[in-house]
Amino acid sequence: MIVVPPAIQRIPWKLIALLTAITGFGILVLYSAAGGNWSPWAWQQSLRFAVFLTVALIIGRLPLRIFEEFSYLAYIGVLILLFAVELLGFVGGGSQRWLNLGFMNLQPSELMKVTIVVALARFYAQLPPGNTRSWTALWPALLMIGVPVAMVMLQPDLGTALSICIGGVVVMFVAGLPFWWFGGTAIAGAAALPVLFSFLHDYQQKRVLIFLDPESDPLGAGYHISQSKIAIGSGGIGGKGFLNGSQSHLDYLPEGHTDFVFATMAEEWGLIGGLALIFGFFLLLRWGTRVALRARTRFGQLTATGLTMTIFFYIAVNLMMVMGLAPVVGIPLPLFSYGGSSMLTIMTCVGIILAIENDSKTGTRRLH
Amino acid sequence: MARGKGPPITEAWRGITFTRRALVVGGAQAAVGIALAARMAYISVIDNDRYVLESESNRVNLTLVPPRRGWIVDRHGKALANNRVSLRIDIIPDRLHNREVVLGQLRTLLQLDGDTMERINRDLKAASGFQPVAVAEDMSEAEYASILVRLPEMPGIAPQRGFARNYPTGAAVGHLIGYVGAPNAEEYQKAKDPLYITPGYRIGKDGLEKYFQPMLKGKPGARRVEVTARGRVVRDLETQPDVQGRTVHLTIDADLQEYAARRMGRESGAIVVIDCLNGDILSFVSMPSFDPNSFSDGISNNEYSWLRADDHQPLINKATRGLYPPGSTLKPMAAIAAVEHGVDPSERHTCIGGYRLGNRFFRCLGTHGSIDMPTAIMKSCNSYFYWLAHRLGYDAMAPTAKLLGLGEEFQLAGSNQRYGTIPDSAWKQSRYDQKWTASDSLNAVIGQGYVSVNPLQLAVMSARIASGRRLYPRLINRAFKNEPLPFSPEALAVARQGMDLVVNGAGTAVRSRLPLDGITMGGKTGTAQVRGLASGSRGQSGAWKYRDHGLFVCFAPVENPRYAASVVIEHGMGGSRAAAPIAKDIFTFLYDREKAMEALETFEAGWGGTIKERMDRDYAAWKAGASSDPNPELPQ
Repeated sequence: MIVVPPAIQRIPWKLIALLTAITGFGILVLYSAAGGNWSPWAWQQSLRFAVFLTVALIIGRLPLRIFEEFSYLAYIGVLILLFAVELLGFVGGGSQRWLNLGFMNLQPSELMKVTIVVALARFYAQLPPGNTRSWTALWPALLMIGVPVAMVMLQPDLGTALSICIGGVVVMFVAGLPFWWFGGTAIAGAAALPVLFSFLHDYQQKRVLIFLDPESDPLGAGYHISQSKIAIGSGGIGGKGFLNGSQSHLDYLPEGHTDFVFATMAEEWGLIGGLALIFGFFLLLRWGTRVALRARTRFGQLTATGLTMTIFFYIAVNLMMVMGLAPVVGIPLPLFSYGGSSMLTIMTCVGIILAIENDSKTGTRRLH
Repeated sequence: MARGKGPPITEAWRGITFTRRALVVGGAQAAVGIALAARMAYISVIDNDRYVLESESNRVNLTLVPPRRGWIVDRHGKALANNRVSLRIDIIPDRLHNREVVLGQLRTLLQLDGDTMERINRDLKAASGFQPVAVAEDMSEAEYASILVRLPEMPGIAPQRGFARNYPTGAAVGHLIGYVGAPNAEEYQKAKDPLYITPGYRIGKDGLEKYFQPMLKGKPGARRVEVTARGRVVRDLETQPDVQGRTVHLTIDADLQEYAARRMGRESGAIVVIDCLNGDILSFVSMPSFDPNSFSDGISNNEYSWLRADDHQPLINKATRGLYPPGSTLKPMAAIAAVEHGVDPSERHTCIGGYRLGNRFFRCLGTHGSIDMPTAIMKSCNSYFYWLAHRLGYDAMAPTAKLLGLGEEFQLAGSNQRYGTIPDSAWKQSRYDQKWTASDSLNAVIGQGYVSVNPLQLAVMSARIASGRRLYPRLINRAFKNEPLPFSPEALAVARQGMDLVVNGAGTAVRSRLPLDGITMGGKTGTAQVRGLASGSRGQSGAWKYRDHGLFVCFAPVENPRYAASVVIEHGMGGSRAAAPIAKDIFTFLYDREKAMEALETFEAGWGGTIKERMDRDYAAWKAGASSDPNPELPQ
């Protein structure tokens, strides 16, 4: 029998293989979308993946305690960054979402997707069980979610704001807050939808309306959805073949390498490719949920669930968008779409979940 | 779960709740995942056909290649209308986003004048959606290339290497052939043919071009190209060549047609030449005319108003739409009618300078003394024919006139005729509710009063008198019976003899004898008044539009007629003065081209060049005048 050294054993090979498979598939699609070229996207995406995977593995080796202790600090820090962005945007005239750090553009709202989950998880982990159904369990959480969401909405970035909301609300849900609070809010929210709609910017309203009837404007703003459906639909079961997608290669599909990369893939790989990718994401989310269920601490449980939800939200909204089930909100497909910010967020989530998994292997459960 | 009640909240309870709720969240996620997979399967399997089609229609751009139009050729196969290669630039209004900038660039690059810009703007306003608007045709290679290189900066511009309609003899065939033009929005709505909105496609708009449109149009070719979303052509997929339209063979003699048009000079009028053997129309001229080449390229506003402003009416086909009092040209017809009604042609009547009817005296142009019927035709003696008309009544003559083709509307390809009037008592009764009078007969017999005919009818009349058969005029090879006329040979002989004398005896057109050995022409002059006799003037001077019309009907050779013709010169002041010399040269051309051309070149030197040279100069002068004239609609 071969003795595997513990250092090697501790590396999560299965997870690495899964992430590499998903991203690798994405890189193939980016290679094709560039007309069979490594540049400009595929090569950079590979490099980025290598860096961020390493970062994720390193994060995974950190003791979980660190995240818990620094969670509020991180939350406040990101909030300040968000405020800074808002201020810069105000000074510069126009909306701005990122800070230029020299080597990369940092989007604080992306970081907020992670920190909101971690901060709320800490809040509920520290909340005495008896207070779970009390007012004290609710208002700090609502405030913690509300402030960054309001700021992101000002940018305006509807997709990210929703994502922050969902991550926070799921943590509240699994923390055990009364069921009817969520049900009631959902009903109230549905009732208030027309009012909320009127708060949206013109272009956002237009997107929603066009989503409801994409054929009304096939050459205008409905163009994205129409062309995306054409790409997916014309792929059929087996696809048109690698490098043979006419929708993407002839520029009919807008954003074929970023938000609509799934359509680019589906055109060439067909239903088989699409199902394989969805299965890959299923494995990733199943891993996240399992980690949550097996977590040693309450903080771990809540964090893992929230982060898994954040990853899921990306995937679900993006796929719904490209298939014409949701308005065009500009959310990329995790690991698949070309772009650094979203990969950074996803890999941070993966890293933290990995840290929770590692933590659960070390000691006894202490669900205080 | 009721508020405030339920199990006590402990850490254990919290753990169970977490597990339960995490499973709910996970389950919801899985459900969404399955729904997404199902949705994808639906799009890519059930709706696959539809999206494959849409993807193909995205990718493949089908360009129709306008078919080459069929030629229109004369009796010898010489082209009256053909096609030439044309490098052209069009604008597709729907793709034109920055109109001012693009038009400005075009104007600079192609050095378009104000006229053209005005036409483009007008067409752009009238155009619908994808209907192309022609910017320039027949561009030089250099101009074409200058547009091609700037194409990416000028969306909406469509360059094309196509064919354009060409009329080698220009204005000479304007009224005969008609012209072609880009289909307008209305025609496209009617035809629903995508070809109608293809750049460079032309349909017949007038004359034979319109009449033979179904034959001439051909079948379009198709070019399938793969294009990007921005319209850049990636590669050619396949090309299906066009099928040229069929050739239309006319009975026209192209050389004679051009000669007749040129011989008309600066006059306004019509010439029709007919083959006496079969009714073939050899020449069908109305001048002045428009250049159908200008119309086919999309005529400019200026040029069109120039044509409209001309008092010689170049836009009207006078051969079929011009109605004139025929004057004395109807006298041979009256002679035939008289003989048919038992008048002895040798019977004499004495002309005393006129004819007394009751208390009115109808004037003759001379005092011809005692004359018989052929002499009366030769001298064009009104008194003699007044006497005949008074004796027989015009009701006896009108049927003969109709048998000879007067007042008849002919089934003639692509022509739009006004067929005039041959009056009789029934006609007057129904038209004016008045009785026919003897003075009406007297006026009618000298081709005045209610009588009006068109030049085509006059030519048919001479052809029928010359051949003795009821020749039916034709422009294409159609079979007609052309049965003999129900007239006695004697009656026809008298008419021909009289017409022979007109030219070759001591008649009114002796100066127009054919300068040929052994071939003589018979004819009859006519001078039709534009103003009533009562005005006092004889219409031999004064303003152009009040002068008398000059008419001439003729045939040749006298012995065995082969050709018949009519010449009408508006306000030419007299048949022998204006019309007969032209007929002489045209018949000369039929037998001796060199001699005829010599005569023509002498004339053209005096008129100031060929038709095209004169038209170009007149147009330039008109434009120069129009720009300073506050009211360009008025004739200069």
